[in-house]
Amino acid sequence: MEYKRINQNDVKFLVSLCGSERVYVGESEINEDFSHDELGGIHQYPEVMIEIMSTEEVSSIMKYAYEQNIPVTPRGQGTGLVGAAVAMYGGIMLNFCKMNQILELDEENLTLTVEPGVLLMEISKYVEEHDLFYPPDPGEKSATIAGNINTNAGGMRAVKYGVTRDYVRGLEVVLPNGEIMEIGGKVVKNSSGYSLKDLIVGSEGTLAIVTKAILRLLPLPKKAISLLVPFPSLEMAIETVPKIIKSKVIPTAIEYMVRDVILASEEFLGMTFPDSSADAYLLLTFDGNSTEEIELAYDRVAHICLEAGALDVLISNTQERQDSIWKARGAFLEAIKATTTEMDECDVVVPRNRIAEFVKFADELQERCNVRIKGFGHAGDGNLHIYVLRDEMEADAWKAKLEEVFELMYAKSRELGGKVSGEHGIGYAKKPYLKESKGGAGMELLKNIKLAFDPKSLLNPGKVC
Amino acid sequence: MEITVCIKQVPGTSEVEVDEKTGVLKRDGIDSKMNPYDLYAIETAVQLKEAHGAHITAISMGPPQAAEVIKEAFMMGVDEGALLTDRKFAGSDVLATSYTLAQGVKKTGNPDLVICGKMTTDGDTAQVGPEMAEFLGIPHIANVLRILEVGEKSIIVEMDMPSTIEVAEIAFPCLITVEKGIFQPRLPSFKLKMATKDKKITFYSLQDFDDTDEKNYGLNGSPTQVKRIFPPEGNLDHEIWGGSNAELSEQLFGKLKELKFV
Repeated sequence: MEYKRINQNDVKFLVSLCGSERVYVGESEINEDFSHDELGGIHQYPEVMIEIMSTEEVSSIMKYAYEQNIPVTPRGQGTGLVGAAVAMYGGIMLNFCKMNQILELDEENLTLTVEPGVLLMEISKYVEEHDLFYPPDPGEKSATIAGNINTNAGGMRAVKYGVTRDYVRGLEVVLPNGEIMEIGGKVVKNSSGYSLKDLIVGSEGTLAIVTKAILRLLPLPKKAISLLVPFPSLEMAIETVPKIIKSKVIPTAIEYMVRDVILASEEFLGMTFPDSSADAYLLLTFDGNSTEEIELAYDRVAHICLEAGALDVLISNTQERQDSIWKARGAFLEAIKATTTEMDECDVVVPRNRIAEFVKFADELQERCNVRIKGFGHAGDGNLHIYVLRDEMEADAWKAKLEEVFELMYAKSRELGGKVSGEHGIGYAKKPYLKESKGGAGMELLKNIKLAFDPKSLLNPGKVC
Repeated sequence: MEITVCIKQVPGTSEVEVDEKTGVLKRDGIDSKMNPYDLYAIETAVQLKEAHGAHITAISMGPPQAAEVIKEAFMMGVDEGALLTDRKFAGSDVLATSYTLAQGVKKTGNPDLVICGKMTTDGDTAQVGPEMAEFLGIPHIANVLRILEVGEKSIIVEMDMPSTIEVAEIAFPCLITVEKGIFQPRLPSFKLKMATKDKKITFYSLQDFDDTDEKNYGLNGSPTQVKRIFPPEGNLDHEIWGGSNAELSEQLFGKLKELKFV
């Protein structure tokens, strides 16, 4: 792809549009943070970075970029893990962090309308103050809503509530030619042609730019109780998951964790986890409107766990107890990071009854490939977060090792009927694996969809397909 | 060893409304839970039981529904439970509460060791433990940070004094109140919940005590006069700093050091 390099005239135009305060030009003015995202070793500066304040600005910039053939990369907090928000071809980066107002809470339609830069933690705090609930709950709470919509990351509550896609009712987007378009809306049902909204959710900034989102809310469940279930082995723990799903009692979350990771997290936080005597644990959460209702639900699951060989079922029913568990759970990623020099992640998703097989496979790879591999994840929805750790490896050896291990893991995932990414997306880093998984016809279809939205390939080029 | 742990049921949230007219906490319809500090007391008792062998009794005072916290104590490894409940205990201040609990402890036997949480989250006085010890005529140590040694006739503990940490040996029978963090409290066990489902809790009322004089209990036995109860005002103290990144980080570091956070 050939694009125009940005020159003085382009900068002059952008400054005339947004003012010099919000336009940053070149590596001398653009903070290093904007040349990469959270993981993945991919570095590239945009030529210009602009702090966006309105939809009209986006529209005018896109119109100009379309005429001038300049690539444009939208970006939120840069918390992605696959390089999706890195401007691989330079050009203009649109930074949405300051376009961050909550616009409307519609309690009659149970919707919340927000600008793209609002953070996930701000949304949950705001709606919960009104006794309402926005269920998607990715671990990274400082991500922006538009970034989250663009990866469709679902988080821990997906078992019961589904993923981000299920909570986006409508979008305002700017198309690559600058046209502003409303898609979907406050309606609950919609069978009006192809669902453009669903194409854009999870499109990683390659089809259109999200400038406003209408989110669906639920009444806030009044209570939540967690069960921490110790098992003698990881295998036994994971094998219990399909049995829980089969029981038709639906927890909000089913997470698995191993002793190593818990101990790393204890050391990292300087706090003690309520139990670390067992090799592996399941962490289940139930929500509802009364303690009695929740106790009824978890009673059955507790018995299933004990029958499956659990050592006990520990009950976390107060804020202090929840904190003692979930603070540690929230620090797992950082704790693992602190034990090594660099790491990369495999975020595959497999059918829920195959998860034990995959986890065991990944565990065995440690010995087979002679590398440390640590994991934890959303056992209830089949989405795993498995980290390959570099430790003291040389750069070349690390690159080769990573390729070897990833190749094996993605092949295994395909064999089990799984997909490349459960929630982090494809971005730049996972493109080769998507190709292997989708096949020629599938990729052709994706490319044609991309062309239908963006015939000049200006939006976030080099990503997804 | 016989251990008695004193526990209390408190409101489940810190956002309890106060009735402006009567100055009484509105507890109706509010969830309750075990006083978080008491979890450390129970954990200490259970750790001693696991290491040295002991028989643990939990004792609480309150309305009949306070039996819930005793059931929870069973789920953490406590062996017996007693609830002191009588309308005549209502309105007890620190003195009357300590006296009633002391009567209850006598009733449940003569423990070698009484363990209390440092304080409650609804009363916040941290006086009930030591006052009970006085009524029982036994020595006590408050704010115990660690248990260093358990002997035949005594226990050696580390106690947190305002500016020092002191090590003390204290002879049985005695009472200690334990600090948050002495041990990480275990979570209630579902297995124990099932096993203790039908376990009996002993209820004691005024008539069961050695001292049945009503003047010593409830409002009658409470010299404290409450003038007014009101929710504390939030602390809105703040400072706003300006300057370059380097100056601000220097200032922040200085402040954190001053506040002893680093």
